Amino acid sequence: MRVPLSWLGEFVDLAPGTTPEDVHAALVSVGLEEEEIHRFDLTGPIVVGEVLSIEPEAQTNGKTINWCQVRVSTGSTTDESNVEDIRGIVCGAHNFGVGDKVVVTLPGAVLPGPFPIAARKTYGHVSDGMIASARELGLGDEHDGILRLAALGLDAPVGTDALGLLGLDDSAVEINVTPDRGYAFSIRGVAREYAHATGATFRDPALAVVPAPSSIAFVVTIDDRAPIRDKIGASVFVTRAVRGVDPTRPSPAWLIARLKLAGIRSISLIVDVTNYVMIELGQPIHAYDLDALAGGITVRRAGKGEKLTTLDDVTRTLSGEDLLITDESGPIGLAGVMGGQTTEIGAGTTNVLVEAANFDPVSIARTARRHKLPSEASRRFERGVDPAVAAVAAARVVQLLVELAGGVADDLGSLHDATPAAQPIFLPAGFISGLIGLEYTRDEVRTSLAEIGASLKEIEGGLSVTAPSWRPDLTDKWTLAEEVARIVGYDRIPSVLPVAPPGRGLTRTQLLRRQVAQTLAAAGHTEVLAYPFVAEKANNLFGAPVGPTVPQMRVANPLDGEAPFLRTSMLPGLLQIAHRNRSRGLTDLAVFEQGQVFRPVAGVEYGSSVVPPGAVRPSARLEIELNAGIPPQPFSVGVVFTGNATRQQPGRPAVPAGWQDALTAVAQIALATGVAIQVRQGSHQAMHPGRTAELFVTTDAGATSVGYAGELLPAVARSFDLPAVVAVAEINLSVVFDRAGAELQAIPIRTMPAATQDLSLVVDTVVPAGEVLEAVIEGSGPLLDHAELVDDYRGAGIPSGRKSLTFALRFRAADRTLTAAEASDAKLAGVAVAAARFGATLRE
Amino acid sequence: MCLVSDPTEISEEAVSAAVTAALTAISAAADSSALRAVRTEHAGDASPLARLNALMRTVPGDQKAAAGKLVGQARGRVGQALTIRETEIGEAEARAQLAAEAVDVTAAASAWRPGARHPLALLQERVADVFVGMGWEVAEGPELESEWFNFDALNFDEDHPARAMQDTFFVDPPEAHLVLRTHTSPVQLRALLSRELPVYVVAPGRVFRTDELDATHTPVFHQIEGIAVDKGLTMAHLRGTLDHFVKAMFGPEAKVRLRPNYFPFTEPSAELDLWHPTFKDGARWIEWGGCGMVNANVLRSAGIDPEVYSGFAFGVGVERALMFRNDVKDMHDMVEGDVRFSQQYGMTV
Repeated sequence: MRVPLSWLGEFVDLAPGTTPEDVHAALVSVGLEEEEIHRFDLTGPIVVGEVLSIEPEAQTNGKTINWCQVRVSTGSTTDESNVEDIRGIVCGAHNFGVGDKVVVTLPGAVLPGPFPIAARKTYGHVSDGMIASARELGLGDEHDGILRLAALGLDAPVGTDALGLLGLDDSAVEINVTPDRGYAFSIRGVAREYAHATGATFRDPALAVVPAPSSIAFVVTIDDRAPIRDKIGASVFVTRAVRGVDPTRPSPAWLIARLKLAGIRSISLIVDVTNYVMIELGQPIHAYDLDALAGGITVRRAGKGEKLTTLDDVTRTLSGEDLLITDESGPIGLAGVMGGQTTEIGAGTTNVLVEAANFDPVSIARTARRHKLPSEASRRFERGVDPAVAAVAAARVVQLLVELAGGVADDLGSLHDATPAAQPIFLPAGFISGLIGLEYTRDEVRTSLAEIGASLKEIEGGLSVTAPSWRPDLTDKWTLAEEVARIVGYDRIPSVLPVAPPGRGLTRTQLLRRQVAQTLAAAGHTEVLAYPFVAEKANNLFGAPVGPTVPQMRVANPLDGEAPFLRTSMLPGLLQIAHRNRSRGLTDLAVFEQGQVFRPVAGVEYGSSVVPPGAVRPSARLEIELNAGIPPQPFSVGVVFTGNATRQQPGRPAVPAGWQDALTAVAQIALATGVAIQVRQGSHQAMHPGRTAELFVTTDAGATSVGYAGELLPAVARSFDLPAVVAVAEINLSVVFDRAGAELQAIPIRTMPAATQDLSLVVDTVVPAGEVLEAVIEGSGPLLDHAELVDDYRGAGIPSGRKSLTFALRFRAADRTLTAAEASDAKLAGVAVAAARFGATLRE
Repeated sequence: MCLVSDPTEISEEAVSAAVTAALTAISAAADSSALRAVRTEHAGDASPLARLNALMRTVPGDQKAAAGKLVGQARGRVGQALTIRETEIGEAEARAQLAAEAVDVTAAASAWRPGARHPLALLQERVADVFVGMGWEVAEGPELESEWFNFDALNFDEDHPARAMQDTFFVDPPEAHLVLRTHTSPVQLRALLSRELPVYVVAPGRVFRTDELDATHTPVFHQIEGIAVDKGLTMAHLRGTLDHFVKAMFGPEAKVRLRPNYFPFTEPSAELDLWHPTFKDGARWIEWGGCGMVNANVLRSAGIDPEVYSGFAFGVGVERALMFRNDVKDMHDMVEGDVRFSQQYGMTV
């Protein structure tokens, strides 16, 4: 909402010298957020001049220019320094004559652009200024010729400051109006708020116009057979007729200037007047060419498939929910949104029917949205228009058409008002103080509510408050509390720290998520945050170890049509980020992300066809249904490596990143969560067939797969514009977290001397070392204190197709020093299990 | 080396000559291996003093004490000289070794590369910690959410403009009424439905709006929401909580201002402005979020009687906090995943 200051000042006292910034600050304090300040961006000298002579001069380019003498000052008989001033000015326009009063911009003036005016040589003359057009002054789009004051119905002495004369010295503040305060979409409403903020006196313009009684002879029928949410589409419908309007009369300059500052283009006097009244009082007005109307008006819902050509020349197919204004010819307007072509005000319109109605906000909002037709009118109706102002606004239009357009008020009209009586709100004594935490006096409460226009009645235990007609948002005692709090001032509210009951701290899962991220970061991985939007084929590739498809959710209205699906895996986003970093020259990467993935289960229909109402707790059954309709969104962590794990350094060659780095990250995640993650040779459609590990944790259901680690298929890496070797790991953290925190059974620390032995076993190369190690551990029994793989040897001395695995073993008893023989026996028991399981033989 | 002829008796001359020879050799030894040879030659079993000592058995009884003293003192002098020289050489050799081992500490090679957290994640953790310190708990909810939780339960009328397609990401089919949550507020409802009263929780998390990415907008961003529902909570408690919160986050000079505003889920509602003297562009008020008393209809959606309980709620933007706190100028830096962005923060924000 843009508010010209001169207009605001008509209804509330502005202290002399009040700036737009002052007005903004005042309005912000009562809850109208500041936006911009609008000005005409003109500086003088810009004055009224009189054309003394015109000499047409034909030019070689075929144009004719006028060399004019223009008097811009008549001089003063008492002030000798003020002498008559006549300027020679070149002008290309031809729509004026000798004796016309025009607007002259003199050297030193600046027009919007900015376009500074200077004396300049042109067409063989020195043009000492410029005769301005309406467009050059920022007053309109008219640029066919210069602005003649007479065309605006104006006359003023030569030398008069034209900025003041045309209202170009005004400025407007723009404010953001929240959806609950539709009344602030008017100068009237903003003036009231300004009065609240400053204490200045407010003069309600709605009280300044007394609607004349009309004959109620114009037939208006409200026939809404399909009310939306049980509300009749039109609760108020006022019409007034004005006859004999002079269609040639121009809109006065002050009106054009104010509309312009308010953000509305001048169209014609009749239309300008309806817009002017809408801005002033907040009541959208529609004007019909009375002679084009066929019979009376019926307000009804559209029939299915019915059509209407609106003022913007678009023929629209209507919905059964659209509210229509119709006459005997059929639809003539989309109620509260846009008028129709057939009854449009035209250049020859002399008899006008003025409509001021109050339409259901929901109906108007849906129609405006359905037809993508947000208008000044619909914006106001959606937020609620004061139903009591319709008759006043219609009378104000009539008054202005009579004053400015030479019309005659006709007694033809109608008045339909089915506004329900306002329901009083019970405000218990002390409620507001109790809710806000500030002791308001009885007087503060009463004065604040009276100031916003509410009527009050003292009743047993409190006040009975009836909200003013322009405040449909005041519906309960809480809304009244906000009014009192803001009128008295939010800055008066004290600061009191409440004491929460003792909390339990972060949950185990919350702590583990932090620990995973901290551990990975400390270990050299960089956390990034990718958008969760991916392409279908990326989900299909990474969302499951085998194809061809994976269940996934599609965004109905994606921003990026290439990536409309919700991620089932962290990896596509991370690979894209890896590519972006590489394209910026950052080639050695270890990045990770932790977050939710979206894993719908095949065959399940998600969502709910019915949304329960608000303000009521859903039944337990409905609550379960709502939650069951939401697809699983487990927490996942993904890690991606490319380039070097460590770069070349003095005495240390570069180490390229590979599958081992992915498995190291898995080990770090296992450490961070305290959950053992087992590594098995695995396979995944996106990954290198020989360099992929499947990851498991032990759950009640046995070994449960939680993810994969290893290297991507080189072709997949290339499809993301990455080098052939890209190592990745992804783990479903939700499953891992479920296993975390089982209380650890501590093993007593053995302090007796240890016996260490090495063991070399020969097995087929395809046998995983990790499984041989497990067999040795299992077979060696309780004396084995520790075991690890220290070598994998293939070559001379070992048969082809076999490898020698060397393990370092440490044996220790709890209660005695072991003999070498005891340790060897235990070792051989381990060998026996490995031999039985994998055909392992002791290396000679 | 000056050899003394094999003595046949313990004489002062013979002992003195052996001592002199030993001390000369000791001081001449240049390193620990030379000293080891000197020790063998002059203090070993075959050394002159050892041989003189062996003659003790030939000394007549009345002279034994004097001869023993003579030889014993001589062996003591030689032993002491050896110990002193050994320490000297040991220290010199240790010094030389350390000098030889000197490195350029500014050129250390490492098997480790530095990693980093994302500052948006760290900032959410910091806010959560402030509230956990006050006894609050951290609540969570799904990012893909039921429309009821995201809108209806929060007093967004079905015709509220925010529910139109242009702000909210819906998933197919739209009739299933699933949305990517547009704010963290649905977590308020989940907390109220699942917990015993009183409830004091904060909910950090990701939210989604259909805004194209530019310098100040991103379709995926982060909020932190707080809600407290208890008996007797007032707007003064809201202000007290926010005052404490901003001082804990930004230091004792930070201040909060409340301005009237409108939100469907609070009544009264306020805009939350933050003042700080050291932010970019100097001391000024910055719009940071919204807050207010929990709307009675929201309490009713959770089955809570608004005549018995009251509550307050607030929400702030995490990206915005990073922008004014750390002078991040462009949203692209936060969302593109350029590792240099996270790495300038390291593991703290």
